[in-house]
Amino acid sequence: MVVDAAPATKMAVEDWSVWYGPLRALTSVSMAIRPTEILGVIGPANSGKTSLLRSLNRMNEINPSFRYTGRVTLDARDVYHDLDGQDVRRRVGIVFALPLPLPLSIRDNVTYGPRLRGERNRQGLEELVERSLRAASLWDEVKDRLDLPAMKLSGGQQQRLCIARTLAMEPEVILFDEPCSGLDPISTAKVEDTMLQLKARYTIMLVTNNTKQAARVSDRVAFFLMGELIEVDRTDVMFTAPRDQRTNDYITGRFG
Amino acid sequence: MPERAMAMQRVAFALLFAATALVGLAALAAIGVIVVRGAGALSWEFLSAMPTQGMRAGGIFPALVGTLELVGLTVVFALPMGVAAAIYLTEYARQSWLTRLVRLAIVNLSGVPSVVYGLFGLGLFVMFCRFGTSLLAGALTLAIMILPVIITASEEALRSVPKSFREVSLSLGASHWQTVRHAVLPFAIPGIMTGTILGIGRAAGETAPILFTVAAFYLPRLPRSIFDQAMALPYHLYVISTQIPNIPLTQRYGTALVLLLLVLSLNLLAVILRARFRRRRQW
Repeated sequence: MVVDAAPATKMAVEDWSVWYGPLRALTSVSMAIRPTEILGVIGPANSGKTSLLRSLNRMNEINPSFRYTGRVTLDARDVYHDLDGQDVRRRVGIVFALPLPLPLSIRDNVTYGPRLRGERNRQGLEELVERSLRAASLWDEVKDRLDLPAMKLSGGQQQRLCIARTLAMEPEVILFDEPCSGLDPISTAKVEDTMLQLKARYTIMLVTNNTKQAARVSDRVAFFLMGELIEVDRTDVMFTAPRDQRTNDYITGRFG
Repeated sequence: MPERAMAMQRVAFALLFAATALVGLAALAAIGVIVVRGAGALSWEFLSAMPTQGMRAGGIFPALVGTLELVGLTVVFALPMGVAAAIYLTEYARQSWLTRLVRLAIVNLSGVPSVVYGLFGLGLFVMFCRFGTSLLAGALTLAIMILPVIITASEEALRSVPKSFREVSLSLGASHWQTVRHAVLPFAIPGIMTGTILGIGRAAGETAPILFTVAAFYLPRLPRSIFDQAMALPYHLYVISTQIPNIPLTQRYGTALVLLLLVLSLNLLAVILRARFRRRRQW
């Protein structure tokens, strides 16, 4: 295996701390996300995984008590100072833990982002719907009923629809926030397959409670505990020879 | 259970039941009397004819049309303003002493006696704005009166839209306003409509606010513009019940019945709409 001397960086957090009111959620985290990798983020509840995820596309700012210190960068530009929040969210898409389709048709869910960005070309939108649904491995299941309410789909289908909806914005980075937490094993396998296919073109960060899932799909894994990054390394290294005892304890199921 | 407690329980149940039954009976009796005495007057002619012989005979056409126009105009003013205020309060305003004050004002506004609105409308719209006694002045007065109803209902409707819809929309690169416009407002419309209809029902039935601002004692023609006076059902009922001697009872009860049917059917419509949208709601 050839190890790049200085691997490229798509996004990075530098000395990043987050508070919600008086509660500190993240403490001085520094790490990089490389292009076209899947970076798994594991750790017990309240370890700051989701806070980190929501820091990357400024979704945190919805919470009025959110405060931060440090820097987040996207292609070396400061996400919180040089870029506009709306722009950041277009370039850094997110898929939430629960499948959250809007109560619209399947088609209108997929085209929601592009339409609001001003895309009017019907032909273009139709193609985008097909492309996005194919990429999310949902096209064959829904191609004949695109006008059906999205809420009628099964949970697993809904979650893949949400992935398609995020893909339709043509983002550069996709954040997955425990995307399979509400899904059965077969749906989970489909979503994981989708992620592996997407890896070729997107930078992916996957927050998961499921350590095995991180092992299955991630290129690298970061382990968080109580708001701190304990360590981050190649997946095989993390699961065979972690440097920190706490990582080993968590992975082997001794706590969390 | 000891005997004493059992007896107390029976007494309590009996009292509670009696109170409930009394409420129902009172409502039924009021409606019953009006229906029984007024039903005889109802006819197409009663609804579509001008009043004659100093309102002792003929129909209630101008009062009915006047009320419908008044209420329509009221909605035109109250709905956009009420919904806009509700959107501001729920989606934009941060918690501060100012928004708390505004909320307090809205709550208090709904407790103001309607005759006070009438005087306020007289002072502001009829005299200060020089609209005269007119549909415009009356509708604006009624609009202010039902604003709290519309704002409160709209706020509730907006707040009942899941927070996740807003998050999803923002996460897809929508702006704050686009999110409100496309991911919140459409799903709040049923609730807003219900509140608006209830407000309309209230506006249609009130006498005091229109007393000084729009209502004509006797005007056997339709209003020509929004700057014209108009007859209105509640005021017409007041006039023929107290101001003119020797009016046949059926004339009074017929008018009361039409007003009652109008308001009740509006309320019923609101209930049905709410039930339908609840059933169709997908989240």
